[in-house]
Amino acid sequence: MGWISENVESIKSIQIRQILTQGVSLGMIVTSALIIWKALMCITGSESPVVVVLSGSMEPGFKRGDILFLHMSKDPIRAGEIVVFNVDGREIPIVHRVIKVHERQDTGDVEILTKGDNNYGDDRLLYAHGQLWLQRHHIMGRAVGFLPYVGWVTIIMTEKPIIKYILIGALGLLVITSKD
Amino acid sequence: MHSFGYRANALLTFAITILALICAIASFTDSFNHPTPFAQVKVLNINWFQKQPNGNDEVFVFLAAEYETKKNALNQISLWDGIIQSKEHAKFWTHTSNKYRFIDQVFVFLAAEYETKKNALNQISLWDGIIQSKEHAKFWTHTSNKYRFIDQGSNLRGKKFNLTMHWHVMPKTGKMLADKIVIPGYRLPEEYR
Repeated sequence: MGWISENVESIKSIQIRQILTQGVSLGMIVTSALIIWKALMCITGSESPVVVVLSGSMEPGFKRGDILFLHMSKDPIRAGEIVVFNVDGREIPIVHRVIKVHERQDTGDVEILTKGDNNYGDDRLLYAHGQLWLQRHHIMGRAVGFLPYVGWVTIIMTEKPIIKYILIGALGLLVITSKD
Repeated sequence: MHSFGYRANALLTFAITILALICAIASFTDSFNHPTPFAQVKVLNINWFQKQPNGNDEVFVFLAAEYETKKNALNQISLWDGIIQSKEHAKFWTHTSNKYRFIDQVFVFLAAEYETKKNALNQISLWDGIIQSKEHAKFWTHTSNKYRFIDQGSNLRGKKFNLTMHWHVMPKTGKMLADKIVIPGYRLPEEYR
């Protein structure tokens, strides 16, 4: 109980000036995170440079909770590459491997078919109704790098929102009560 | 100043920095690694040909794929040996045990590649496999095509095509590597039984 009353005391004793400083430093943290994210977007050319693998369809390569770094360049998409794509009518992007590519002679447009390494059949069942191929505009990026396990933080936070609120609350309290 | 929170924070930050550095170095050692595996593919038989209702040609092929080191060719080391090289490179900082594995898996696939009037490039995966250990890095398989070999149009009679053996190396963490061997000079028959 002594700990709580001590903290309450410290909150009470904060001067306006100190509150302002802390507000500014909090703002700095938030904006620098935003800057890093936007800079990554610029460098990689992908609208979401980092994605978390949510399903086991690419096992044993990518497991649930792994993080993928994406890159989107002008290079043509080729078979074997692991791409992240959006299908019309589906909110969550999918990470799967390209198994077929048809590139047009005149326009250079590509038609792509994908498949998860761990799935039995190709992805035509996942595509929008009647869609046989993915086009360039469906592709959000290709996976170039890989970091295991770290994505679990995100998965836990989206599936158990209470943990997220507790964490945010604790961090907020830490920011308010810390004296530097 | 020296509260538990501060110390935990400092420790966590330091640990993450070191981990990131180690991952970066591990990825960097890949650039010393130039695996040159050997692949040989025989088309044993073109089993079947059909024209789909929408006019696209489809063929069924029977393949024999070999992917390994040729013992008499000294300059050709197998893919996994190449990876062990990078493990050796990684040794100077890890003092690794035998359990340590740098590579998570190697994805090998065989694709037919050809050009048609309509398409500058057609790539069709015929077969693929996942290699998860050194013991399986050398293999020999007899197989019919795993994925359907369907053209966009009607070009599969007498068509010249290349078979390419691709391999994609997926490390435990870091940058993914890919390379391929092109095996040219295959041709689909003009006439099918």
